[in-house]
Amino acid sequence: MLALKFPPINELIRWKDIFPGFNKVGLIAVLAALIGIVVFLLAGRKDPLVAPTGVRNLAESSVTFIENDIVMQTMGKDGLPWTPFLLSLFIFVYLCNLPGIIPVFQMPATARMAIPLFLALVVWVIYNAVGFKHNGIKYITGMAWPHGVPVAMRPLVGIIELLSNIVLRPFSLAVRLFANMLAGHMLLITFAFLTNALFFAETKQLALKPMSILPFFMLIFLTAFEVLVGLLQAYIFTILTAVFINSAQHPEH
Amino acid sequence: MEAFARLIAATPVQTPDDAKAANAAIGAGFAYGLAAIGPGIGIGYVVGKAIEAMARQPEAAGMVRTTMFLGIAFTEALALIGFVVFILLGL
Repeated sequence: MLALKFPPINELIRWKDIFPGFNKVGLIAVLAALIGIVVFLLAGRKDPLVAPTGVRNLAESSVTFIENDIVMQTMGKDGLPWTPFLLSLFIFVYLCNLPGIIPVFQMPATARMAIPLFLALVVWVIYNAVGFKHNGIKYITGMAWPHGVPVAMRPLVGIIELLSNIVLRPFSLAVRLFANMLAGHMLLITFAFLTNALFFAETKQLALKPMSILPFFMLIFLTAFEVLVGLLQAYIFTILTAVFINSAQHPEH
Repeated sequence: MEAFARLIAATPVQTPDDAKAANAAIGAGFAYGLAAIGPGIGIGYVVGKAIEAMARQPEAAGMVRTTMFLGIAFTEALALIGFVVFILLGL
């Protein structure tokens, strides 16, 4: 019935090894890390007295963005020491998302589970360590036996709190980034396939061929949409990290 | 489910493997469709209320926007879990 043969998902997101154990996704992740490091080293070494231009302008505006829109909004003034960590997280996730729409690469590195999972585990270790450092053993007992809740409800709320803080948070953090990027990647693939199938369809109805412009327009629109999604997901990943660290530091609020 | 698969498919279901694949595809479609209902309503509600708040108090727009994105992120997680299930069932 359907002339369109959609390839199985393993063909869409698995790449051949460039050399053993290292494929395009790995290359994109390494490049993202390198580009981030190089841009910020270039921005950092210049004379601070001169008015910022070029790369330094970019770096300064991203630092301001992290400080004003993420740290100050969620953690307040005492969260400012976390700016470097959140900034590197944001830049890395964003540069991993961006290749999803850059020709030649056409694959967001975060659309494979490894990178989001690893980042979420790093965040998990950090916010739990911060919680134990600031509150000691009260970090766990405060979650398992919450004050400000009627005594009869405490075991139930405690179990929910423990589960959501220890298990569900890193899981949903990783799955959110992964699934969003994978969904965007598959949307782009779907419309690229539709364009291709309509244009090269073996049919006698010539009127079908010009119709391939419709999925093509949708493809262009979705590519523009993916720029927004990549930025938004990096922003959400960073802001959730900030919220988790803050709630581990001050569990009462 | 099998009868449903037979109804939709243009060619009748032939082997047990075909039937299994058809059922998996239908199940995956239902899984994602059902998982998208709740978060769809939820995100609409969150954004609508945020716009209301921003219109009433434009000076608090920055704070409202941050909280709105947080709310969207938490609500959206459910839909995304549905999407992952969709991929897993479709394999």
